Amino acid sequence: MLIHALKQIGRFSFEILSSMGRALRLLSSALIRRPDHRNIPLIIGQIYKLGVLSILIIVCSGFAIGAVLALQGYTQLVRVGSESALGLGVALVLVMEIGPVVSALLFAGRAGSAVTAEIGLMKATEQLASMEMIGVDPIARIISPRFWGGFIVLPLLALMFSVVGIWAGSLVAVDWLGVYSGSFWSVMEQGVDFFDHVMKGIIKSIVFGFVVIWISLYQGYDSLPTSEGLSSATTNTVVFSSVWILVLDFFLTLMMFEL
Amino acid sequence: MQSLKIEVLVGVFLLLSLLCLGFLAVKVSGFSLGKSNDRYLIYCHFEQVGGLTVRSKVAISGVEIGQVLAIEYDQETMNAKVTLEIDSSISNIPSDSTASILTEGLLGSKYISISLGAEDQVLSGGDEIFDTQSAVILEELIGKFLIEQF
Repeated sequence: MLIHALKQIGRFSFEILSSMGRALRLLSSALIRRPDHRNIPLIIGQIYKLGVLSILIIVCSGFAIGAVLALQGYTQLVRVGSESALGLGVALVLVMEIGPVVSALLFAGRAGSAVTAEIGLMKATEQLASMEMIGVDPIARIISPRFWGGFIVLPLLALMFSVVGIWAGSLVAVDWLGVYSGSFWSVMEQGVDFFDHVMKGIIKSIVFGFVVIWISLYQGYDSLPTSEGLSSATTNTVVFSSVWILVLDFFLTLMMFEL
Repeated sequence: MQSLKIEVLVGVFLLLSLLCLGFLAVKVSGFSLGKSNDRYLIYCHFEQVGGLTVRSKVAISGVEIGQVLAIEYDQETMNAKVTLEIDSSISNIPSDSTASILTEGLLGSKYISISLGAEDQVLSGGDEIFDTQSAVILEELIGKFLIEQF
């Protein structure tokens, strides 16, 4: 009985370790065999698929979140008569936290799962193996462009998210609730620092982009070539990405903001 | 045709996100390059700076002419030393002007207001404003009021 339990633990940790090893190997080979200039169109195609096609969901969610932040913030701040600080609150929350985190979550759901499914199906239908057969390196041709595309795209999407959110916040606060627009923008400008807040938000989203696209590629590349394997790989992408984003967000905040 | 469309859209996407970065830098965080080139520094000492913070505005007649660059405790004079960064286009502040820390609105942020003096000599870079009025601390005011009452 005890032996059995020990065996289970051993097998489990061995599986975790070996999958971490495979993930690292995939990552390093994607980084080393980066696409050369002939493959730039491949990266552009991935930026289109992962980025341009995600703009709509990012803009819609950013608008909704910015608007609701302004609305909630207003109802609380107006009780102590300091609704002029609303712009600062909305901007800080969006730039440092919600912008990077929520856009990374949306990116994992919208683009990460698609990448996993695509590569998983390529693997299941042995397209990757046949590429190798005809002498095309599937890492350089398939994995690497997706990696760089996703890595480039997420920080840009997070920037858009924050800007749309702040704009929606100003629409709600200034145009609808009647906060004085001068104090809305000037308090924001005074309180938000480019290097202290905006840059740290960008660093966060760079880290998130790296993690999300890595998890998506690995899950697809490592999936079992069956329909169940594919479905669990897609699920794992979204679950692991979301958990890692939130956990990393905590530690990045702890590291960067020196509490 | 298809790949041209994709390339154009990707280009638009990259431009848009650069615009967003610009918006965040300029409009949201008030970031601008080369600001300190055409500015000069003025020092003043305050007994009490209250809630004054770095990058608070400096104003004459309510018009912003600069910002607070640094606030530190001066061990020689044993009070707060505030460094002001004044726009160099404002070059005729009389040397006997007064600097006072005021509040925007009842609960707003603190800023420094400069009331002009009458001296012919004007302040230039590195000069000090000697006549200062400290921030009003609401709690102290209430305390005084209560002591007078009883």
